[in-house]
Amino acid sequence: MTPPTAPPPSLEVRGLAYAYPDGHQALFGVDLTVGRGERVALLGPNGAGKTTLVLHLNGILTAGAGTVAVAGLPVAKRNLAEIRRRVGIVFQDPDDQLFMPTVREDVAFGPAAAGLRGAELEARVVAALRRVGMARYADRPPHHLSFGQRRRVAVATVLAMEPEILVLDEPSSNLDPASRRELADILRSLDITVLMVTHDLPYALELCPRAVILSDGVIVADGPTGGLLGDEELMAAHRLELPFGFDPGAVSRAARPAV
Amino acid sequence: MGAGHAHKLYRHGHSPVHGLPPHCKLAAVFCFVVVVVSTPREAVWAFALYGALLAAVAAVARIPAGFLLRRLLIEVPFVAFAVLMPFVVPGEQVTFLGLSLSVPGLWGAWNVLAKGTLGVAASVILASTTELRALLLGLQRLRLPPLLVQIASFMIRYGDVITDEMRRMSIARRSRGFEASGPRHWGVLAKSAGALFIRSYERGERVHLAMVSRGYTGTMPVIDEVTADRTQWAYAAALPVSALAVCLLGWTL
Repeated sequence: MTPPTAPPPSLEVRGLAYAYPDGHQALFGVDLTVGRGERVALLGPNGAGKTTLVLHLNGILTAGAGTVAVAGLPVAKRNLAEIRRRVGIVFQDPDDQLFMPTVREDVAFGPAAAGLRGAELEARVVAALRRVGMARYADRPPHHLSFGQRRRVAVATVLAMEPEILVLDEPSSNLDPASRRELADILRSLDITVLMVTHDLPYALELCPRAVILSDGVIVADGPTGGLLGDEELMAAHRLELPFGFDPGAVSRAARPAV
Repeated sequence: MGAGHAHKLYRHGHSPVHGLPPHCKLAAVFCFVVVVVSTPREAVWAFALYGALLAAVAAVARIPAGFLLRRLLIEVPFVAFAVLMPFVVPGEQVTFLGLSLSVPGLWGAWNVLAKGTLGVAASVILASTTELRALLLGLQRLRLPPLLVQIASFMIRYGDVITDEMRRMSIARRSRGFEASGPRHWGVLAKSAGALFIRSYERGERVHLAMVSRGYTGTMPVIDEVTADRTQWAYAAALPVSALAVCLLGWTL
């Protein structure tokens, strides 16, 4: 067991390996520890195994070798219900994430599946929607919201489960700059551990002090986001490219919000 | 459009009929239809009384007659068959306006037409006073198999998403100079339908993944429990009970 003085890290992945049933091996021994309250970006080219790794975090896929633990609780069959409450995954397409007829019911789905009812459930829903600024839209059907609003509701659906760690798959994809900034403000305001899978390197730099690079199924780099993005050789070796004219060094020197 | 962003079958309002719990209304309409169907067709006056009952409900629900009648047009393709009956059913013949019509056929046509129209009218009133979402909750409450309720609720949620996808595919086809103008192009349309099916199937898998990630284990958690008290049941029963009285009179007279 972990020593009683320090709380266990939000996420602890040890030697995780996985091969798909068709024989394609996606992960070759991944080690990753995310401390409580940290915001970490998971970077990597397409096909690096990022989604495969994410699906291990809440036990959708079962590790071929190695272990995953969330706040000290190992991801295993007998713990699945609790693990899925502790790991909130926001998928890339909000239309996949929001499957109930109204926003309110969608946000209520997770906590209701965990057994919450009545006034307590309602309070949880209202609180989650408020944190993303969508409380006014509770009775709307999700498909009548803008894309940015849907993404925010998708975040609320997992916040309502009061997770230990929030896992975001490409949170900034398809968002216009204003929605992108609004989502960043929301994520920064949350006092929660965040693992953010993204290709959007400026967004990673803006939100996550630490980044890890997953390439060909292994973690090849782990360090301060600014440092990784500034290492041209490392970036080129793993097909990571900054947008034209973007200089991570200049951003680090400029007045960046304290993170 | 705000919260009234509802389905087009629904007519927003605050009448006593709108306010009844959905499962009461569903049960009332079902019983009403059963009573109407079991009325002898010769009791023509009974059907007039049923019509009057429905008109009264529509008045309480503040549904304009024009609205109701327009919605009834949905019935037309189904009753076309009834119009044929006087010409094709064998039996005693009468001559009307130079046409030779069969008496049993006329009775049969009347039977289909009267009962069908009353059933459709009752359903239209139900649909215009109850939101789709509430109907699903009502069905759930009436212990319809949960799987069926889930399927119906996903149809409502994803109908628009899939229609939108279909529209985008059609725009993409036309942008590349394709216009479906004859059987030669059916192949392309069939392939589009196939692609749409596969896309929807894959979306289904992703939605399932998202559901499992939030703790879905095969049953939908109950989020909104609809309940009805005795008075509400009594109000809802008014329609089928008066119809039953009419029906019994129809059998005895």
